[in-house]
Amino acid sequence: MRSRYIPLLMTFVVFVALYLIAYSRFSSFGSMRVVGNLLRDNAYWGIAAIGMTFVIISGGIDLSVGSVIAFTGVFCALMIGRNGWDPLATFAVILTIGTLFGATMGFFIHYFKIPAFIVTLSGLFLARGMAYVLSTDSIRIDHPFYKQISDLVYVFPDRGRFTFAAGMFLLILIVGIFLAHFTRFGRNVYALGGNSDAALLLGVPVGRTTILVYALSSFLTVLAGIVLSLSKQSGDSTIAVGLELDVIAAVVIGGTLLTGGVGYVIGTFIAVMTLGTIQTYLTLDGSLTPWWIKIVIGILLFSFVALQKLLSSRKRVQSAKEQLATAPLPS
Amino acid sequence: MRIAKLGLIVLVLLSFSVSFANAQGTGEGLTIGFSQIGSESAWRTSFTEAVLAEAKERGINLLFSDAQQSQENQIAAIRAWLAQGDVDAIILAPVIATGWDDVLKEAADAGVPVVIVDRNVDSDPSLFVTRVSSDFVHEGRLAAAWLVQATSGDCKIVELYGTVGSAAAEDRHKGFMEVIALFSKMQVIHSETGNFVRTEGKAVMQSILSSEDPANICAVFAHNDDMAIGAVEAIKEAGLTPGKDILIVSVDAIPDVFDAMDAGTINATVELSPFMGGPAFDAVAAHLNGEKLPAWIPVAGKLYTSRAAYDADH
Repeated sequence: MRSRYIPLLMTFVVFVALYLIAYSRFSSFGSMRVVGNLLRDNAYWGIAAIGMTFVIISGGIDLSVGSVIAFTGVFCALMIGRNGWDPLATFAVILTIGTLFGATMGFFIHYFKIPAFIVTLSGLFLARGMAYVLSTDSIRIDHPFYKQISDLVYVFPDRGRFTFAAGMFLLILIVGIFLAHFTRFGRNVYALGGNSDAALLLGVPVGRTTILVYALSSFLTVLAGIVLSLSKQSGDSTIAVGLELDVIAAVVIGGTLLTGGVGYVIGTFIAVMTLGTIQTYLTLDGSLTPWWIKIVIGILLFSFVALQKLLSSRKRVQSAKEQLATAPLPS
Repeated sequence: MRIAKLGLIVLVLLSFSVSFANAQGTGEGLTIGFSQIGSESAWRTSFTEAVLAEAKERGINLLFSDAQQSQENQIAAIRAWLAQGDVDAIILAPVIATGWDDVLKEAADAGVPVVIVDRNVDSDPSLFVTRVSSDFVHEGRLAAAWLVQATSGDCKIVELYGTVGSAAAEDRHKGFMEVIALFSKMQVIHSETGNFVRTEGKAVMQSILSSEDPANICAVFAHNDDMAIGAVEAIKEAGLTPGKDILIVSVDAIPDVFDAMDAGTINATVELSPFMGGPAFDAVAAHLNGEKLPAWIPVAGKLYTSRAAYDADH
């Protein structure tokens, strides 16, 4: 097996193992109720994590995720709940604002050569600040469209619920896999993260790809905010503080290399489901503190980074050996 | 055959004892999920501990979930309990008022009653059994009543207001004003916000002391202990004796305030009762018995003027 698939395989093994442990203790893990809950409760940050996967594969990072979700929620609540805007029009406006926001961050990262860390940290503060400026209240949204979406649910015979949010999550997953592996944009993102100088030499439009990656991430993050807005039917500027860290952790646990160039959208999805499984297990146990989830994330994160380091150093040694073997002998 | 019969009798007796216990309203044998906001303050931690202790005493199997300040975590926890299907009721301390409609409907569909504790939700009251929470108005009244009695109804008061717009601040103010309005010589001469924060309470008190003749100020009513402790520092720095030259009464009964009472710098505090578990379990048991409950069950705190009195009650 090629070593770049090993982290993905590990992700999958960890997920299956944890799920089986959970199932052996709580029978509901065998029902569509829990599966449906895992999909819908984690949909919003899962969608953002799929965007983040592209950013990290390209060798970057996006710290603005939590703030952009909060800004989206407040914007939707204010415009639809208070000002009576049409929901679809509001979504179109906020998706446009978000995409431009991401593109601007990408623009600064590429053309001003400012580290993505700094640019998106500014984005984090900017978006959070804007959310608070819009409103510090939690605003309720009473709109027939929101009711319709909330009624849009398939109920399984065991009362499991497949909701709009779950559907959106799976749809974005499929679109993400397609974008990453079957488009020129996807190839460019991988090339950029592998080695941006080489990518430039190979004719990859580095500037455009960087801008598109951050635009895509912010677009998906806004979409995540809309999904959350629809399921909570309200908006509030205090939500999703620090969510970007969970999102980054999920991407890495999903087998994406933090240094870029290697990664899988499906891995991110499995990692999100893994963290959701741990959370559900801790809730049902009821006696363990939920802070355990942070500890587990820490352990998993460290294990995956260590695994990647191990694999990449082994690869380096191997390629060095190969080079030695094929190099002409000094005469 | 005999063993089977015996087993049946035991089973019947057991089921009697369980239903009897429920009829008593203790909630014994029930499994209840408790979704708490988090552990952001000393008060919330003692609230959590009080609920856990109460559950243990009553023989309730309590599933505790700390949401780490996130509503999404609270919703996920409730859904997990509903999916597993083994909770008889859910107690929810909501982090925020909005956004509960869907999950409360799901609980109602699953036939699991929900009792709201502490903060409120803006969902339709038909979606939950009742709400158990502190009576902030009562706390304000109690503080005022103590001050009236301590000053024989003659006092010029500085009010350190909590966060403007918060229910705790607005209602404590309301209750306080209701009582002092009954006495012609009781008067609030300054009312400014310190946002429930110690440092802000101190800053506000400093500015008041610099603009007002301290001899004119007879007492401080702080909407929480933290601001009162800040005010104590400001009064000391102005060369006055807090607790003597200026009386201080506040609300919360956090551990620090009793240190201040020992030192004589704070005179009285009204407890923001963390003991909401008992009334919440009572409500669950009564609801499962088919009793009709009021929409709101207030939990009143007591006023304490010394550590000894507080310790005697706890």
